[in-house]
Amino acid sequence: MSQKQLFELNNVNKSFTKGKEEITIFNGLNMSIKEGEFLAIMGPSGSGKTTLLNLLGGVDRPTAGDILFRGSPINNLSEGQLSKWRAEHIGFIFQFYNLMPMLNAARNVELPLLLKKLSRSQRRNSVDTALKLVGLEARAGHQPSELSGGQQQRVAIARAIVSDPTFLLCDEPTGDLDRATAVEILEILQLLNREFGKTIVMVTHDPAAAEYASRCLHLDKGEFIEKDLAA
Amino acid sequence: MTDTYLVLKNLTRNKLRLVLNCFAILIAFLLFGALGSLQHAFTAGIELSADNRLIVVNKINFTQPLPIAYVNKVRAIDGISKVTHANWFGAYYQDARRPMVGLAVDGDSYLDIYDNILLSDGGREAWLKERQGVIVGERMAHMHGWKVGDRIPISSNIFSQADGSTVWDMVISDIFRDKEPSADTNFLLFHYKYFIETQTFGKDWVGWMILTTEDSSLNERVAKAIDTNFANSSTETDTSTEKAFNRSFLEQVGSIGLIITSVIFAAFFTILLIVGNSMALSIRERTREIAVLKTIGFAAPRIFGMVLAESISLALIGGLLGLGVAVMLINGASSNPQLQSMLPNLIVPPSILIQALGYMLALGLITGIFPALRAMRLNTIDALNRG
Ligand SMILES: Nc1ncnc2c1ncn2[C@@H]1O[C@H](COP(=O)(O)OP(=O)(O)O)[C@@H](O)[C@H]1O
Ligand SMILES: [Mg+2]
Repeated sequence: MSQKQLFELNNVNKSFTKGKEEITIFNGLNMSIKEGEFLAIMGPSGSGKTTLLNLLGGVDRPTAGDILFRGSPINNLSEGQLSKWRAEHIGFIFQFYNLMPMLNAARNVELPLLLKKLSRSQRRNSVDTALKLVGLEARAGHQPSELSGGQQQRVAIARAIVSDPTFLLCDEPTGDLDRATAVEILEILQLLNREFGKTIVMVTHDPAAAEYASRCLHLDKGEFIEKDLAA
Repeated sequence: MTDTYLVLKNLTRNKLRLVLNCFAILIAFLLFGALGSLQHAFTAGIELSADNRLIVVNKINFTQPLPIAYVNKVRAIDGISKVTHANWFGAYYQDARRPMVGLAVDGDSYLDIYDNILLSDGGREAWLKERQGVIVGERMAHMHGWKVGDRIPISSNIFSQADGSTVWDMVISDIFRDKEPSADTNFLLFHYKYFIETQTFGKDWVGWMILTTEDSSLNERVAKAIDTNFANSSTETDTSTEKAFNRSFLEQVGSIGLIITSVIFAAFFTILLIVGNSMALSIRERTREIAVLKTIGFAAPRIFGMVLAESISLALIGGLLGLGVAVMLINGASSNPQLQSMLPNLIVPPSILIQALGYMLALGLITGIFPALRAMRLNTIDALNRG
């Protein structure tokens, strides 16, 4: 596994203003994520896990400090540049799947490819490959409403990987699934990490889910406590 | 898949809402197309009449004749450049229940004054040579499938010939267009000479006279001069500009324009509220999906464009359907002979179509712009975390 840094967070501050009140989530947060690792982030509700993913995904900006991606800061990119950067590098997986209800599975998976210059057949190939990888090629024509929760999450994973991103950001991907289905999803994520070299950052509050990661960080009151599961 | 596909899928995802919105827009554009065409038909005659054309009719009533001798008398009055005359024939073709506009005219002088009538090369000479020749407007020829050279029996519901027949044999010398494409060409012209020599009401009269002044500033003076000239004679005249003549006819229909404008305005205001509200609602319902698109990497302007495309498509679908129904309705109505003789210009004019298209785009823009801005500026984090 490559040991190069994918992300480096230097003295990141993040606070929200709620009315007159200012809530500080991170105060001088430092961390790094290596290329190719499968990082689990755990922590109590409200500890800032989602906020951290948003910062890593360039959906939100730090109040102060730098976020370096492969050595260059992303926090000073414009909105347009960030959109491009996300389309190129990130696959997002959410707790509630967030599929487009009016599009069938294949078209949901195809969505990120609209941001690339690809021919129709190239797009179809990528969609087929992604759906096969999550074992849903037989459901390509189904609407999300015709799929179970686990199947919808697999479609969401296919959508996240279809454009071959550098890393995946997963916010409680198994939070809404039963144990057996959760295991299927986690196995797919593990496969993507091990066989396809995708760096994965996964937020979860399920310790059993965190077992699938190679490293686990505990977030509490904006601070990290590290536990190494790789050993 | 393309952005267009996404827009269409979003447009059609709630079928009931789509149908209701389309219906509201359809009604508005149906009203606009149909009422706008009616208004156009009422005013077209006025707009198309030349400024310096005067009409001389019998003072008693414009259906009463004038002596033919008046034509030369009028020609002698100062300030007049051309004079011609016409007779109403009460024409119909085969079916007496379907009257059509047919005039017996002095060909040469009539075409000089009505220079908006365009004949084909050599058509004028051919017609003037042929005693039984008739020239037919493009629209009328099209409706009956007539071609140059066709022999057509034209009947009169007023006149008859010495042998009691009410049918005049005519041959089509040419088919004419109007300089102004939207002008009505649903009428025919044949020779006064042929008419006057064959009908049985005397040989020395015309229906009315048309003349042009040397300059429209002379209109009033010339009109007065003519009417004074024939004052206290057995046949007094009433001279007015063609515009005024047409307008006085219109005044009988009253303030139709105002009514039409208010109805259209009310309809548009109503659908603006209905459709605007519905667009805002449907975008609000999609907050989460839009947030996902942005997260995936769709840039804000692109999302703005997709929402706007959706509202414009909605306006175009409803609007074009409404306009289509209006065109069918107007075409249907204008093939009714009664309506046709009352409102010869009853068509959906291109100006109405273009205006309607403009209003559709405006409607789409106005109803879409706020939801589109909202979607574009949507805070992804709030939408995803708290959606
Ligand atoms: N956009 C926001 N505006 C204001 N407060 C926020 C916003 N996002 C998150 N927070 C606050 O930040 C804290 C951490 O939130 P979050 O990162 O969602 O926690 P977690 O995902 O660990 O449950 C919470 O107290 C939350 O209310
Ligand atoms: Mg969270």
